[in-house]
Amino acid sequence: MSAAELKAKTFDWFDERLGLRMARDLLDHKVVPLHPGTAWYYFGGITLFLFGVQMFTGLLLLLYYRPTVAEAFDSVRFIMTRVEFGWLIRSIHSWSANLLIFFAFVHMFSVMFTHSYRRPRELTWLSGIALLGLMMGFGFSGYLLPWNQISYFATKVGTDVAGTTPFVGPVLARFLRGGEDVGAATLTRFFAFHVMILPLISCGLIGLHLLLVQKAGMSTPKHLPVHDLSHMKFFPNFFLRELMVWYGVLALLGSLAAIFPWELGEKADPFASAPAGIRPEWYFLAQFYTLKLIPSHVWIIEGELLGLAGFGLLALVWVALPFWAATKPDGSGGRARLATGVGIFLVCYLFTFTLLGYFK
Amino acid sequence: MQGNPTSPPPDAGRRTLVSWLLGGGVAASLASFFYPVARFLDPPMVAEVSVNEVAAGKVQDLKPNSGKIVKFGNKPALLVRVNDTQWKAFSAVCTHLNCTVQYQEARREIWCACHNGTYDLEGRVASGPPPKPLEELAVKIRGDEVVISKRV
Repeated sequence: MSAAELKAKTFDWFDERLGLRMARDLLDHKVVPLHPGTAWYYFGGITLFLFGVQMFTGLLLLLYYRPTVAEAFDSVRFIMTRVEFGWLIRSIHSWSANLLIFFAFVHMFSVMFTHSYRRPRELTWLSGIALLGLMMGFGFSGYLLPWNQISYFATKVGTDVAGTTPFVGPVLARFLRGGEDVGAATLTRFFAFHVMILPLISCGLIGLHLLLVQKAGMSTPKHLPVHDLSHMKFFPNFFLRELMVWYGVLALLGSLAAIFPWELGEKADPFASAPAGIRPEWYFLAQFYTLKLIPSHVWIIEGELLGLAGFGLLALVWVALPFWAATKPDGSGGRARLATGVGIFLVCYLFTFTLLGYFK
Repeated sequence: MQGNPTSPPPDAGRRTLVSWLLGGGVAASLASFFYPVARFLDPPMVAEVSVNEVAAGKVQDLKPNSGKIVKFGNKPALLVRVNDTQWKAFSAVCTHLNCTVQYQEARREIWCACHNGTYDLEGRVASGPPPKPLEELAVKIRGDEVVISKRV
């Protein structure tokens, strides 16, 4: 039997059992529309790639990390000082987490400004928003794991803010902390969230998100004539370009991790005063700074509650975007202009308040 | 031109070179990604607690024809009081598959529960799968205290 025959036979054997031809045909037919905004299609892929980096480096860190109050800090220090390239792996995990959130935001706003959430892609939008929430949950829970001063107090503040939510607040705070206060039980819980619960949900949801993208195909900006656009084959043309972009992101990630290694800080001490300049991760800074600005009482309502209500309302408007901004596939029948306005407002708000939160 | 459809196009050499450069680049970058990972997986040496001598308790606490496990650094040791005056001590790690052995009073021998290996009171293999005798330790009596140490 010749090599070609053998190859064909092997392919047939697996095809009969796995449906390889079907997969190949699907891949063959997937195309990417070409237009001035094609570059924005890369950002979802970049986010996915960084999620893969997180899974991989997270698994590596899990080999040495110990999730107890007595050992957590020392085990991370062990990783950073004794394990070969441990400093690099941990630094990459931290930097990649931040880049992931950043690129997820870029991806979300690109979808928003091109109005790609419109019918029939409402569920893609909703699953994307849910994924963003999950990624922030990863950030919040992972922040505590090294058990250092900054993360300890950030978690105290964070769970406290969650505790001021009307009605469910106290229950939510207790659920998050595993008790009345941030302590050993909180660390165990956050560890479980971070390495098991959130990854399981995320993997399922990412699968759904990707499936929905395949089902509906790539969206094109609504002002462009759908039928006149030229296309590029996804495989291998677009895929290879995406790979090159991933190489670039990995280079950026490696450089950041090596040039600005993530600090460990000091071991958390529940009986020490909160250190000066304490603040959450940058993606919570805008909300953090807003809450700082609101006076303690506005009329008879508690300031923090008012802030949370505002965020809640904004989040609701944002989540429901496909249902009020564009109700028809061509983008008409809604308030697309208003949606763009809200988007611009949100970008400006997040940008300035994050900066203010960082520098003030 | 001779009509041979399988003859390579004129720029085949250049194409091969480019393929090699690309493949080599990818391979080199993959190696640089996974070398640190491989090094990371290798656990760093943690200094073992090394001891030469430990106090194993009072003479009167162990009756004749009995044995007990004591901590010798981070490994277990078996201390046996054979009779009123004779004492023996061994590393309690079975030479077969690392289980911890015990003293059997009725049969006056050292027994490993995992795979039924037995040693006599000199540490020599009496029966079962162990390939080597137990490592013997030295026992000294200081006043009423039993002290175990490495044999020199």
